[in-house]
Amino acid sequence: MRRIARALCAGLLVLPVSADLSANTGSRLWATGGVTSIEGSAGGGLSPWALLGSYASDEEWGGTLTMSRAETDDYTLSVVGAGVTWRNRIELTLARQTLDLDSLVFTLKDGFGLEEDELVQDVFGLKVRLVGDALYSPWGQWSAGLLHKRNREFTVPDAIGAEDDSGTDFYIGGSKLFFAAVMDRNLLVNATVRGTKANQGGLLGFGGDRNDSYEAMFEGSVGLFVTRQWLVGSEYRQKPDNLGFASEDDWWDLFVAWVPDRRLSVTAALVNLGDVATMEDQRGAYLSLQASF
Amino acid sequence: MKHMFQALLLISLLVLSACQSMDDKTSSPSLYEQLGERSGIATIVEDLLYLIVEDDRINEQFAGIDVRQFHTNLTDQLCELSGGPCSYSGREMRESHADMNVTDTQFNALAENLILAMEDNNIPTGAQNRLIEKLVPLYPQIRNL
Repeated sequence: MRRIARALCAGLLVLPVSADLSANTGSRLWATGGVTSIEGSAGGGLSPWALLGSYASDEEWGGTLTMSRAETDDYTLSVVGAGVTWRNRIELTLARQTLDLDSLVFTLKDGFGLEEDELVQDVFGLKVRLVGDALYSPWGQWSAGLLHKRNREFTVPDAIGAEDDSGTDFYIGGSKLFFAAVMDRNLLVNATVRGTKANQGGLLGFGGDRNDSYEAMFEGSVGLFVTRQWLVGSEYRQKPDNLGFASEDDWWDLFVAWVPDRRLSVTAALVNLGDVATMEDQRGAYLSLQASF
Repeated sequence: MKHMFQALLLISLLVLSACQSMDDKTSSPSLYEQLGERSGIATIVEDLLYLIVEDDRINEQFAGIDVRQFHTNLTDQLCELSGGPCSYSGREMRESHADMNVTDTQFNALAENLILAMEDNNIPTGAQNRLIEKLVPLYPQIRNL
């Protein structure tokens, strides 16, 4: 908690500084950097998109800072992240996820004799735009990326049957904005295929007693720009089910993002994470703040 | 999960068909009318030119042009693209941009200024989107790709 508070303060300090130093936040059109996913890469909340973070166009650099928080019935996930994008070609990201176990603490103590009350994971991301532009190319924009994840504490994942404390997801995704598509509003469509062994995104380790090999998972989202400042939509993320200890469900959400200008975005969502590590039907709220520079 | 997906699909289909039937109505104003016809478009283009002059990303590309001629040509072009009774008499897009090396940054900057100029003139979001939709196919010609 203190760590998050510290990051929050740092973020708030950086915001006005970056706004002061750079009059130019990049030239790509508003909201075309997406928001920051819980794994740090530009996307929706749950899934990486083919869009690259910040607003860096082909002659520019850009970056983002993000804080996010999801509270479901029995868990709280906090994420702090940062990213830089070079010439709308390469995106590098860092994210730290902290999952407060809340009620699961008792299950772990009684069932496994464990005293852990949080799980922490670092995610290092790389994304490359392969071809196209989400706005201007008839076939949209296509990117490939990887997310290298490292558990900082492996006691709990180890106890419940995870094989590894680190793993790498590989993905390829496409994003396309259809102008004046629905009620003359612009429609953003994203599809991603991810190869992964991660349990609950990696917070419960990688691989397990049920399955220890890579599987291809589908992720998709649609968003409608009501105006250029407001995007509403939905995301879906298919998940593997590697652990015999508890079954793992797919994730989905309904989101609304507010992008008043290039420097700031605020995303709120209703998330449904399904069953997570024996805790059933995890629904809750998600809030994410992003600053771009 | 499957139900969720089916529901989403159903909703999108319903929304799409609703739009279809809305488009069919002849009473809805055309894009040309929503932009304020030729005089409205001329004002938007004038505001766009002021924004371009102020914008260091692109103003050099416009240095030394005949502003009056450019204003007339672009107004005619947007008028024609939006379905108005005008005909663009300027040079072909690819020919006129051949030696300009227009970057993605500059294309984005122009699109941004056009949107801001439309917002200044209270053009509805839907009409803005429809005009941009008509301009997007010009992207490869303007960038000489």
